[in-house]
Order: sequence, then structure tokens, then C-alpha cells
Amino acid sequence: MTGVSVALDAVFRDQWGRVLATLVGIFGDIELAEDAAAEAFAIAAERWPRDGEPANPTGWLVTTARNRAVDQLRRQRVLAEKTKLLARDLEAGLQPPEAPVDDAATIADERLELVFTCCHPALALDAQVALTLRTLGGLSTDEIALAFLVPTETMSKRLTRAKHKIRDAGIPFAVPPDHQLPDRLAAVLAVVYLIFNQGWGGGRVDLAAEAIHLGRALAALMPDEPEATALLALMLLHDARRAARTRDGQVVPLDDQDRSLWDTRQLAEGRTLVQRAVARGRRGPYLVQVAIADLHLQQPRDWRQIAALYQTLAHQTRSPIVELNRAIAVAEIDGPEAGLTILDRLDLDHYRYFHSTRAELLRRAGRDAEAHQAYRRALDLAQTEPEQRFLADRLAETTLACKTLP
Amino acid sequence: MQYALLAYDPVGETDRVARPIPDALAALLGGPNVTGWARLHTEESATTLRNDDGRVLLTDGPFVDSKEYLAGLILIEAANLDGALAAAEEMLQQARPGTVIEVRPIVDGRLRGA
Repeated sequence: MTGVSVALDAVFRDQWGRVLATLVGIFGDIELAEDAAAEAFAIAAERWPRDGEPANPTGWLVTTARNRAVDQLRRQRVLAEKTKLLARDLEAGLQPPEAPVDDAATIADERLELVFTCCHPALALDAQVALTLRTLGGLSTDEIALAFLVPTETMSKRLTRAKHKIRDAGIPFAVPPDHQLPDRLAAVLAVVYLIFNQGWGGGRVDLAAEAIHLGRALAALMPDEPEATALLALMLLHDARRAARTRDGQVVPLDDQDRSLWDTRQLAEGRTLVQRAVARGRRGPYLVQVAIADLHLQQPRDWRQIAALYQTLAHQTRSPIVELNRAIAVAEIDGPEAGLTILDRLDLDHYRYFHSTRAELLRRAGRDAEAHQAYRRALDLAQTEPEQRFLADRLAETTLACKTLP
Repeated sequence: MQYALLAYDPVGETDRVARPIPDALAALLGGPNVTGWARLHTEESATTLRNDDGRVLLTDGPFVDSKEYLAGLILIEAANLDGALAAAEEMLQQARPGTVIEVRPIVDGRLRGA
């Protein structure tokens, strides 16, 4: 890659979502906006190295893309139906890209409208995720397909179908009204967190970095929403431990991690954000989760406070997975049998960490034969190689233990 | 935009025709956003026609055999999908338990009073 295209890449990353959102706002059609934006970025790639970067890159890209889209609509002869607003622009003639009307300050940032469109509950979750990565993250269809291990053609169809549904069903390009905002915001944050968690498993495309990038944008666009800030903080705290999380292809448990490998700058940033979110009062589920994540990083760990926060979170989310985590904390305070009592009430047979957690508590309780069975079940469900190796080792240990029984 | 709300009821209601439309639902159906509606007889009354290479085949019963059957059709005007979903939700709350509503954008059409 040449220096110029590296520089353009950076511009692309920063500008794509903004430019696309503005175009969707004008044309009300994501497909058209995307095609036009891609053309504008291609023209920029050709001209900017030659003529120099314009003083206002966003304005230049929006105007160029808008002109391209208008050209395309003209060709399709459906301009009048598409938008009345544009008819006025057309009468006045196309604007040169340098037109002062596109001062960056006058281009409203409509990425929030776009993200609420992409994460609308009328779309399937996998479509929400793909669309958010494509439109706001600026990832290519190929990259998204690679990240989710599906053929490019499948991903391309998924994206096209979602864009058509948005257009045909009239999914609004708008920030939801106040009475719907909590639910809809939760859906948006869930999509970003899902992208982040996907990023931890594989490592083909850096989805964790993509999710943090999206999280930063959301936190900046919604400074009054503590949950958006808390989600960003949560991702930063988790991601700060990335380098320490595996060693020689093996998963390293938190307590055995080399703390010198933790990204202290990122931890500090996450904690600052937590303070800011706490100051806003309301304790939503992401704020509780980041508080728990931070407690886990302290030594010695305050298991009582962790268990109490898991209780709060379980109450908020009614999630059996949260109960599973509470069981781990309770086992630290009252012993493995107390944790197992909580686990026995949960319906999580399909969930691999349920079995690995249960196995660990059974082992600590000295119930080795049962632990062995639980490790085997966890190994059957394990998805990544480091996990499989970790569990295979534990399975072997409990096999030995079983054999030494009288 | 115009939307069609397709209402599905669980199979096995025999008193359907005799049962009046609840007042709250009737009020919603009389609202200015509703451009037309039709309540349908049960699926047992259905006859299905199929074009089989130019030959028309008649069969007794609904096209789709399932636990729910198409029980009604409501046409509404809404600014966007959120508006349509809100209208559908309001009607669903007045409907009997087990009722399902599918929301579909309308391409074009015409409906005279039924």
C-alpha cells in the first residue's frame, strides 16, 4: 500500500459513515447512497493525491456523491418520485464540489439516524450487525463475510435484502421518540457489543477494534446516554487485556495473566468513562457490567461486591448467563457447593461455559467423576482451538484423578 | 405510506361470526388512519384456486395449512414502519390472546367498502 492510499484509508474510515448518513438523509435509499458514496471515494482516491486534499473533505465527498446520485437518478428517470427536495437543487443546477454551501459545520451529522435505521428491530439481528458494519463501520462485504465465516455471496444477499426491506417497508431514518428510545438504544448497543464479542473469538477481521470504533462514535453522538458511554468503557476494559489473554495459543485465566501486558492507557480511559457515566446517575446494565469488569481487575478481588452487582444485573436483564457468573462469585465466597446450587437451577445445557464452569466447581468440590463428565460436555461444545486445548488439558487431569480413586 | 395488517387467529374458533367486534377494537377500526378493513370467515370456508399450467384446479380449504389462519385484513395509512407497528400493536392489545398480526407495506391497490 502506498502512503497516499494509507492516508486515504484513514479519511475513508473517518468519513464513510458521515458521508453515507448524509446521503441517506437526502435520498432515503441506502443502496443509492452507498453506490454514490463509493464513487465519490474512488474519485477522491484518484484526484486528491494529484490536486491535494480539499480544505473540507466531508463537504467535498458529500457534494461529489450527491452529484453522482443525481446523475444516476436522472438516468433512471425517477427523480421526481424519489425526492422533491432534490428537484430544487436540480433547478439550480449541480453544485461544484468546492461550493461553499457544504461547509462542514452546515452538514448535520446524521450517523445516529443511520444507526437506528440499521438496528431497527424489524430487521433480523444478523442483518442489523452486517448493515451496521457496512454503513457505519465502512467494512466491505468481503470483510464482513470473512469475519462471520459465511460466503461473500451469502453476506451480499443478506445486506441487499436488508436494504430493500428498509426501503420497501418504510423503516424510518430517524432517532426514535423518547418513549421508544430506551428499547431502541438497547438494540443498537446490543449490536455493537455483539460485534465486539465476535471479535474475541476468531481474529480474522479485527471486529473488536471495529466495535470500539463504533462505540466511540455512539458515545460521542449521545453524550447524555450513560449506557452508550458505559458500553464503550466496558469494551475498552475487556480489550485492554487482549495481549495477555492467550499465551502460546492457550487461554490464560485472568488470575494467571501477565499484568504488564495490559494496556494501561486503555484501562485508564475506560475508568475515566465509567466515572463520567456514574456521574449521570441512572445505573443501566452496561454500567453495572463495566463496574463488575473493573472489580475483576483489582487484586484481591472483592467477590462480595461482585456477587451483589451480578444480583443487580440479573434483576435488570433476567439473564441465566448473569446468574451463571453470580454462581462463580458466590462459590468464591461460600464455597463450590453454594455455586453449584445456583447452577442447578439454570437451563443452560446448550451453553459451553455453563459446562466448563460447572466442571470447575465440581472439581473444586472434589466430585471428580462428575467434573470429568462436565469437562467432556464443555469440550464437545467448545468453538475455538485455545478453548479446546484448555478443556482437553482439564479433561486429562480429571481422568487421572478418577483413575487414582480407590 | 400504506400498510396492510394481516390478522391471524388460532384455528378452532367456531363462534367467530356470532362474536361481535369488541368496542375498543371497533373504535380503532373507525380511526382516520384506517382506510379499509375486512373480517374473514374461518379457514373452513376457504376455497383455493391454483393455476396449474393454464388449468384451474380447485381445492377445498385454505392455501396455507397452519395453526393460525388469515382472519382479517386492515388497510392503514402511516408515516413509516414505526407508525404502522404502533397502530398494529394498539389493535393487537384489543384482540383475543393468540392473535398474530403481520404488517406488510402496500405497493398499490384499491378497496371499496366491504
